[in-house]
Amino acid sequence: MISVEDLSFRYGDTSFRLRVPEFSLQKNERVAIVGPSGSGKTTLLNLIAGILTPEAGRIDVAGTDVAQLSDAQRRRFRASTIGFVFQDFALLDYLSARQNILYPYRITPALKLDADARDRAEALAASCGIGDKLDRHPTALSQGEQQRVAICRALVTQPKLILSDEATGNLDPDSKARILDLLFDQASQAGAAVLAVTHDHELLPRFQRVLDFAQFREDAAA
Amino acid sequence: MNALYLAFAYLRYHWARSLILTVVAALILFVPLATQILLSSSERALVARGEATPLLLGSRGSQIDLTMAALYFSGERPDPIPMSEVEAIWDSGLATPIPVHTAFSSNGFRIVGTSLDYFDFRDLKMAEGRGLSFLGDAVIGSDVAAALGKTIGDTLVSSPENLFDLDGVYPLEMPIVGVLEITNSPDDQAIFVDIKTAWVIQGIGHGHEDVVTADEVAAGSEAVANAAVVQYQRITDDNIDSFHFHGSQNDFPTSAAIVVPNDKRSATILKGRYLDTESPTQLVEPAGVIQGLVDRIFRIKSLLDVVTAIIAVAALAAVGLAVFLSYRLRAREIATAVKLGARRGMVLRLLSAETISLLSVSAIIAGVGAVIVSQNAERWVGWLLALGS
Repeated sequence: MISVEDLSFRYGDTSFRLRVPEFSLQKNERVAIVGPSGSGKTTLLNLIAGILTPEAGRIDVAGTDVAQLSDAQRRRFRASTIGFVFQDFALLDYLSARQNILYPYRITPALKLDADARDRAEALAASCGIGDKLDRHPTALSQGEQQRVAICRALVTQPKLILSDEATGNLDPDSKARILDLLFDQASQAGAAVLAVTHDHELLPRFQRVLDFAQFREDAAA
Repeated sequence: MNALYLAFAYLRYHWARSLILTVVAALILFVPLATQILLSSSERALVARGEATPLLLGSRGSQIDLTMAALYFSGERPDPIPMSEVEAIWDSGLATPIPVHTAFSSNGFRIVGTSLDYFDFRDLKMAEGRGLSFLGDAVIGSDVAAALGKTIGDTLVSSPENLFDLDGVYPLEMPIVGVLEITNSPDDQAIFVDIKTAWVIQGIGHGHEDVVTADEVAAGSEAVANAAVVQYQRITDDNIDSFHFHGSQNDFPTSAAIVVPNDKRSATILKGRYLDTESPTQLVEPAGVIQGLVDRIFRIKSLLDVVTAIIAVAALAAVGLAVFLSYRLRAREIATAVKLGARRGMVLRLLSAETISLLSVSAIIAGVGAVIVSQNAERWVGWLLALGS
C-alpha cells in the first residue's frame, strides 16, 4: 500500500530534517507510529498524503508516486484514496453529523455525491452506533460520538488508506480503545490499511506493527 | 452548487451574525438609494409646483418665504398684502389673481383662504361632497381627511391664534362640505375655505347671533352668549345673514396671490410694474425661486454625498473586518478542507459564495426598500414638503 524510499524533507531553513531510508505498509495492515514530539510523525503523514512534497526520495501510495503528481493531481488523489482522522475531529459546527460525513464530497470534484454515497454514510453511521444522531450538529454530540462521525467521514469515500493523527488523543481511556477498535473494524471491512500516529503506548498492542520514529529525525545543524 | 450549499449552511447556522451583516450591508446600500430617490422626487415635486404657478404676488421680503407659504402652505408667514393689490391685478385685465391667505390652521393643518378659481387652477377634483358655496364651508385635502378621520358632515374648528388675548376672536367651527382627491401635493395637507371665511377667523368679519358656549355643547341646547365661556363661533343658516365685515374689502389681508397672466406679453408687462424695489409688494416667478432653492439643496446634497460616502466606506470596512475575522476563525476548517483534498480555489469559492450570498440578500432587501420608497416617494415627499406648515 505504501512504499517509501530514501525520503528526505526539511521545513525551509529550519534545523528540522526528516530522513526515512525505507518504510512500507501492506494492504489491510495496521501500523502505529510513535516517537517524541517534533520527530516528524505528522510530517510523514502529510508527505504520504501529498500535502507536503519531499526534497528527495520516493513515496508510492497504492501504486502512485505521490511526489511526482501536480498539486491538483495530489488533491484529487488525496480525496479519492486517503481518509483522514484527526485528534481534534475537525468537524464543522455548522453541518449536521450526516453532512459532516459527506463533507469530502462537497469540496472536490474528484468525488461524486450520489445515492450510493448517502447510503454508505447512513450504513457507516449505523455500524458506528450514531445512526440515530445523524441530524445533530457536533455541539450536540459527545466527544466519542464526534470521533465516530470523523471516522465515518474518513471511510465514506472508500479510501485505500486511513491516516490517523492522534485520533484518540482527546478521548477518555475507555473511549480510546473502543474508538480504535471501531476504526480498525471499519477499515478492515472497507479493505483499508491504517497508519496511525499515537502517543498512547497502551494502545500499541492493538496494532500489527509499531514504528518508532525517533530514528528518522536528524538535526541539520548536528 | 456545493460551495453554495456549504455557504448557506454556514449562514443559516450562524444566523445572528448573518442577520447583522445583512442588515448593515442592506442599510449601506439602501440609505444612499433612498436619499437619491427622495431628493429626485423632491426636486421634481418642488420644481413641478413652482413651474405650475406662473407668478406670485406678495409683500416685499424673502421670496422663498413667500413662495413656501403660498405654494406649500409652510409655517412661514410673510407680511400680508391688502386686497387692493389683488384688485389692481384684476383691474389691469392682464391676469387672473387668486388670493391665498394662509395665516390660520386647524388641528395642525393649514387653513387656506382662497377663491373658487384656485380649484380650477390646480385642477383639484372632489373625491366626495361639493365645493365651497357658503361662508364657513371647508373643503379638506385627502391627507387631512385621513389623518383626522373626518369626512363631509363633520366639522373643524380653527386653532386659536392668541390664547392670552382676551379681546381676540373666537375660533370658527367650519362644516366639511367636500374632500379632495389625492394629488400628492401640499393641497392634500390643506383645509380650503373661502377667503371671506378666513377673514371671519381673523375677526374682520363676524356675526351677532348664535354664539355657542361650552355648556350648550354639553347640553345640546341653545344658550345665551357669554363671552366668559365661549369656545368657538359657528355660522348657521340662522345667523349667516348677520355676518358682516367692517371696513373696506380693499384693506383686508391676504398672504399672497397667485397671478395667472393671460399670455407671455401680459406676464412681461406685469413683471415690469413690480420692478420698483421701493414698492411694498413684489411679483415673483416661483419656478425661479424654487430652482434657486433646489440648487442650494443640491449643493448641500453633494456635501451629504461625501459624508454618506465616508460613512459607507467606514461601514464597509467594518463589514469587511467582520468577514475577515470570521475567515480567520475558520482557519482550522480551511486547513481540514485542504487535508481532505479540497480542490484549489475551493476555499476561495466557499468564502466568496458566503460573501456574495450575504451581499445578494442585502441588495435584494435594499432593492425592495428602494422600490417601496420609489412607489411612495411622491406621497412622502408631499408630506415632507408640508412639514412645518
